[in-house]
Amino acid sequence: MGEEIVRVENITFGYGRINVLDEISTSIMDGDFLGIVGPNGSGKSTLLKIFLGLLKPQKGTVKVFGTDINNFNQWGKIGYIPQKLVFFNQGFPATVEEVVSANLYPIVGLARRISKVHREKVEAALQTVGMSEYKKRLIGKLSGGQQQRVFIAKALVSDPKVIFMDEPTVGIDQKSEESFYELMDFLNKKKGITLAMVTHDIGAIDRRVNRVLCLFEGRLHEHDCIINQNADIFGELYQNQNKSQITHKHRGDN
Amino acid sequence: MPELLNYEFMQRAFAAGLLVAIICPIIGTFVAMRRLSMIGDTLSHASLAGIAAGMGAGIYPLWGALIFSIAAAIGVEKLRKRFSQYAELSISIVLSASIGLAVVLISLSKSFNSDLMGYLFGSIIAVNTLDIYIILSLSIIIIISVWLLYKEFFYMAFDEEGAELAGIPTAALNTYFTVLTAMTIVVSMRVVGIMMVSSLMVVPVACSLLISKSFRNTIFLSVIFALISVIIGLFSSYYFDLAPGGSIVLTSVFILLGILVIKKI
Repeated sequence: MGEEIVRVENITFGYGRINVLDEISTSIMDGDFLGIVGPNGSGKSTLLKIFLGLLKPQKGTVKVFGTDINNFNQWGKIGYIPQKLVFFNQGFPATVEEVVSANLYPIVGLARRISKVHREKVEAALQTVGMSEYKKRLIGKLSGGQQQRVFIAKALVSDPKVIFMDEPTVGIDQKSEESFYELMDFLNKKKGITLAMVTHDIGAIDRRVNRVLCLFEGRLHEHDCIINQNADIFGELYQNQNKSQITHKHRGDN
Repeated sequence: MPELLNYEFMQRAFAAGLLVAIICPIIGTFVAMRRLSMIGDTLSHASLAGIAAGMGAGIYPLWGALIFSIAAAIGVEKLRKRFSQYAELSISIVLSASIGLAVVLISLSKSFNSDLMGYLFGSIIAVNTLDIYIILSLSIIIIISVWLLYKEFFYMAFDEEGAELAGIPTAALNTYFTVLTAMTIVVSMRVVGIMMVSSLMVVPVACSLLISKSFRNTIFLSVIFALISVIIGLFSSYYFDLAPGGSIVLTSVFILLGILVIKKI
């Protein structure tokens, strides 16, 4: 078994009196391609933000790379692509190169200038996602799919061990979505980067992820996936994703 | 050399004006990108209260302005954390408090109202040697700070949550940036005037945003536009006996209109 990237133990988190997450324990292992699914309001994004330390649980512990998250400081090991990607200020006058360079901070450090070596890392990250020729273009002038690739490059530039993504395919067309998942496969299998992705699009991830965390009414249900054999399980999990009450059937559940 | 530069007071006005033209848009670009354009107005009104307090207490007014505007800057940041979903609310609260305090302090002592006019609308004859030393020192601190912390300020302007996750100490740097903004206001108020200092932080940036090709380019172009505005503004202030703040800001607005017209054609 590989290294434990994140471990949460008995975490509880609520907004007001309602617990969105109730006594949840789970982990993300090195090499995982993890899908986090569940209906709207089930706490998927909340769980992701707890993994990242952006939200603090009211109860329970979070360990990242074996260290309590309150003492963790190697943030370069963690990449994050937020849900708000589609809502970021499209008029922000930054080039692709400038956006990717921003995340050099964990490598370069506070109050230090970016050097030629760092710029080569930016170039390499842009080449990995196939966006090198767009580096002088303004980020707001790119399509949703291209912006998505730039944000992946931004995450990659600090050499992360794990990348967390929150609804990464929202707002991009189907062709871009296909190439996005191809890139994810490449990063996970060839580059050995652990991936954890919140999504409501179960159909798109069922053939790609190796584990699924399913959140429903504050509880967590976990599934191991065997590639290409899970479509029916997921179909039963979400008979209709648009309904607020979702019929749930889990392996082992009655 | 133009005749007006033979006068020492004009040399001082130009020295101060050119520094202001460099500092204001540099800070202004980050301010505008963080959608906090009103912070300039808030801190300049806090400076006005500081000027009035300084005059009333017999302290050099620019020191009063610096202390009050930095206190207001820290106040804005503290309130911004309390009202995290309504960043602009913290600015409005401190603006209201600053105006209230300024009005009370001014009304307490009516003797210096004529001096206040120079601070409100800018004055090219009022810039003295001590002002130049203060303006130069603060400008050096601002330029070095932005040079060293450029990537951090850029990241925070683009995506504050991402910056925090990358390990940037955003809370401390937010406060420091707001203090730098307060310093910029104090540097600028002698020449441009309290009423218009915020405009010089915003209008050249707006001009630049219409044509810039990158963030770095936005800063560079906005400095160029501010320099043109200050030079034309000071010349017209001297030859037509106008308040320098008004002529500088109006020049920058004309540049903005010119760019809009050219872009339409």
